[in-house]
Order: sequence, then structure tokens, then C-alpha cells
Amino acid sequence: MSAAMYNEAIVTAARDGRHARRLPAPDRTVTCDNPLCGDRVTLDLTLADGRIAEVGHKVRGCLLTEAAAAALAARIGGTAAAEAATLLSQLRRYLAGDGPPPWPELAMFEPVRAVRSRHECVLLPFEALAEAARLPADGETA
Amino acid sequence: MSVDVAAIRAQFPIFAAQDRPFHYLDNAATGQICAAAADALLRYETTARANVKRGVYRLADAATTAFAEARAAIAAYLGAAAPDEVLLGCGATFALNLIAHALAPRLAPGDAILVSELEHHSNIVPWQMVAAARGAVVRAIPVTEEGRLDLDRLDEVLGARTRIVAVTHASNVTGAVTDVARLRAAADTVGALLVLDGAQRAPHGPVDVRALGCDAYACSAHKMFGATGAGALWVRGDLLADLPPFLGGGEMIRRVTIERTSYAPPPHRFEAGTPPIGAVLAMGAAARWLAAQDWTALAGHELRLTERLLSGLAREPRVRVIGPTGLQGRLGVVAFAVAGVHAHDVCQMLDDFGVALRGGHHCAQPLMDRFDVAATARASFAPYNDTADVDALLDGLAQTIRKLA
Repeated sequence: MSAAMYNEAIVTAARDGRHARRLPAPDRTVTCDNPLCGDRVTLDLTLADGRIAEVGHKVRGCLLTEAAAAALAARIGGTAAAEAATLLSQLRRYLAGDGPPPWPELAMFEPVRAVRSRHECVLLPFEALAEAARLPADGETA
Repeated sequence: MSVDVAAIRAQFPIFAAQDRPFHYLDNAATGQICAAAADALLRYETTARANVKRGVYRLADAATTAFAEARAAIAAYLGAAAPDEVLLGCGATFALNLIAHALAPRLAPGDAILVSELEHHSNIVPWQMVAAARGAVVRAIPVTEEGRLDLDRLDEVLGARTRIVAVTHASNVTGAVTDVARLRAAADTVGALLVLDGAQRAPHGPVDVRALGCDAYACSAHKMFGATGAGALWVRGDLLADLPPFLGGGEMIRRVTIERTSYAPPPHRFEAGTPPIGAVLAMGAAARWLAAQDWTALAGHELRLTERLLSGLAREPRVRVIGPTGLQGRLGVVAFAVAGVHAHDVCQMLDDFGVALRGGHHCAQPLMDRFDVAATARASFAPYNDTADVDALLDGLAQTIRKLA
């Protein structure tokens, strides 16, 4: 089970450091903790016309959280901020065994579906995104 | 519709363990554990034991999954919109304390909490505690001569400052089932929340919390043929999202620093510390067992036993039933007092006949005061009871009265 969970796609995604940085002047910043293990994701966003323009993240977490954050950052540019909640709920349903992932590349998390205790690791960056989308402009949580 | 009691008893290990007459009629205090629940408890504790919500190794993940499945089974039995609306803890008393303390910040000095004279102490004392802390007052709906909530007198106690109405769904003494729809309508006129103590009602067939229209519902595993040490509190999702935690500790946090703590979302926010895992898994199994039964048949069966008992008690001039003497709007819980014989002596004598009855105030002293009795004996039915149980009680009671009265 563990070997499948640490498949090449996930390991590669986790090592994708393109967006693994804080933004100098984000419109929104959210830090979200996994209450079960203490992993932490900080997400910086800039917005243009209600859409996500730039994203940067800082992850203090496991490989799954790193991979999920990198996958989010790689794809999220241009997405309407209002779609964040839908993205989160669809990913949550996918991990629970209900329906496809919101993006095809998130199917790399297929082996995680059977391991409930790791679902939150994948969801954490998307929870941060959803929380950021709910914030007023220039909002920040810590 | 007849019920195959022998087939039901075969699913309850207690009956095979008896070597003398056994007429268990104390189900309102504790039901017997069904085999499915006992198996779930034993299997977890002996072959699948690990903490939940933490570990990632196979055993821990299996425990976490089983815990979530138990929550889902309990939520389905209660008619919850989602499993995460169900909080799992150590019992109905804990559940009622949780909701009382979580709602406390909503109370201002002079606000009122409305309970009833019919309540178990578990649905009185927590409200008194939060009322004292917030400068609120506790009022009580009176009870009729039949042992029902006197909703015709609701206007006397329900007022514009009533913030919470907290009553039993079914009485643990009189067996009366509350007219929740009428109470909900009344609570709505003043914008009050409605909390139901479902400890007695939940073992008698599926609950539909959304159809009831309540805001919170508490129940107890050991009365629902599960193990001791578990219980559930359902809270309407949007209300739950706004409630502060009750207990602090591990598992309920999002982030902790020395200065401050942020909390996990429900249900974890309300489940501090390691939960009673084995008992919760057993409760899930019991909920599945309950949900699989034919409750049209079983409710009729329990009421036929109730009718037989009430008819027999009516033939004893020294016996006074505390509660409805008819079958409408009631469960198979029958409390009675015997003139000249204390309830404990009745129960002690009946033990010689293999009859297990509860005697005392049943944690309902205001109700005992209402009827001016110190204590009563109480018989309470479950699906595994039969007419022989009723007849043993009536025979033993007749002999007790002849000897002691």
C-alpha cells in the first residue's frame, strides 16, 4: 500500500519547487494546519478580476501535502477564486471514493483513497485555498 | 403481527448465560448488548486495537475507518443530514452537558432555559449549571396527571426570553412520548432552540431528527443494545458550525501555541482526547442492528406487553401507575408505586422470581415530587421481552403485596 502511495507522479509533484516560495505582495495569505499531525500550509495569492493570478506556497508537511500543494499551484492560475470551495468538495468526494478528481492529474492520489487517515494530507492545500477565497481582499489569517 | 422472541434472544448473548429464571425488565436503565455490538467491541479490543485519527499504519487507519463507519451508521439511524453532524462521546449525559455548555455563551442575564418536570437529571442539572454561570433562569413545563408534558400550560412558562427548550423525547419514568411538533411550533414563536434528550426513545426504532425539527438530539449506546461508555449528540449542521468547543485537549485543535489555540472543524472540535473507540464501534454495530429490525412489528409487540402489564397492575388495588394508563403516545416504560411497600422492597422481592426491575427515583426527583412519591418501581420493555416476563412480574408482585403490604 505504501509503495503505491509514493508513486512516481506523487514524488515528482512533491519535488516540483516552481511555486514553493512566498509572494512579495500577496492579495491574500492563509495558513492552514492539519489538526491531526500539525502539518502546515501557507498559501499566498494575487488576484486579478476575481481570478487567481499568482500563487506561492510554503509547506511544512509530508510528501502528500507537498505534492498536493505543488499540483494546486501548477494548475490554479486563471481559476476564479469563487471556484475554490467546489474544488475542495470535489477532491474530498474523490478521496472518499465518490466520482472523479477535479483535475486529471490529481488521479495520482488514487492510492490514498483507501487510506482515510491520509486524506487530510492531500486536502490541506485545497482547504487553504478555499479559506483564502472566503477572505475579504487583503485578508490574512495566521 | 407476532414477533419471534426466541430468534431475537438468540442475538443477545446474555440469555444463553443464564442458569435461572431471567426476566430482564430494566431496559430503560440499560439494554442488553446485542451480539453484533459485542462482537464489534471484542474484535476491536483484541484484534484491531489502535488509536483513531492519528496513526497512518494499517491498523490505525483501519480503526479510523471503522470509527468513521460507526459515525455514519449512527447518523443514518438518527436521520442526520451528514455523518459529521454527529458527535461521539461517552454517553447521553456527556452529550447533554456538551450542548448545554456549547450554547451557554448565547445566554444573557435574564434569559430563560425551559426544561420540564419530566426530565432525567441529566437534562436538568447541566442547564442549571450554565444558567448559574450566565445569570439565566431555568423554568419547567408542568406535567399532567397522566405523566405527560402539559403543553396546554406552555404559555405559563415559555416567554420572550426563552432561548432554549430542552426536554425529553420520551420519559424514562412514565413512558410518555413528547409531542415534538407542538413544542417546535411553540419554540419558534420565541426563536428558541429545541434540544431533545433521546436516551429513552432511540432504542425503540429509527429517529428522524430532521422530521422532528429539533436542533440537537442526545442518545446513549448502552440503552440501544450497544456497550456502556458511548453516546452521540446530533446537532443541526449550521448550528454546529457556530458552536464553541466544550472540552479542550488533543484531537480537537487546528493549531496550538502557548498564546492561543484555533480549533478543528466539527465533529473533531467536540471530540477532545481519545474517544471511547471500542464502545463507539459497538454503538455503530448496534445502530445497524436496530435499523435492520421491523419496527412496526416490534413497536406493536412492546405495546402489547405494556397493555398486558397495565391490565395486570390495574387489578392490584394497592398499585398506582405513574404515567399514562392507555397505549397512545407512549413507550413500554411503566412506573408504579405500591401502597405500603417501598419500591426497593418490591424490586428486592421480585429478584427472587428472576424479575429485574428498577426501583428508586429514576434520576427524576422533580417528577417524584410532582406525584408526591419517594420512589417507584419501573418495568421497561425491549424487543426480547415476552408475556412470560410480564406474568412473572405480576405473579411476583402479587406475592410481594401479600407478604409485605
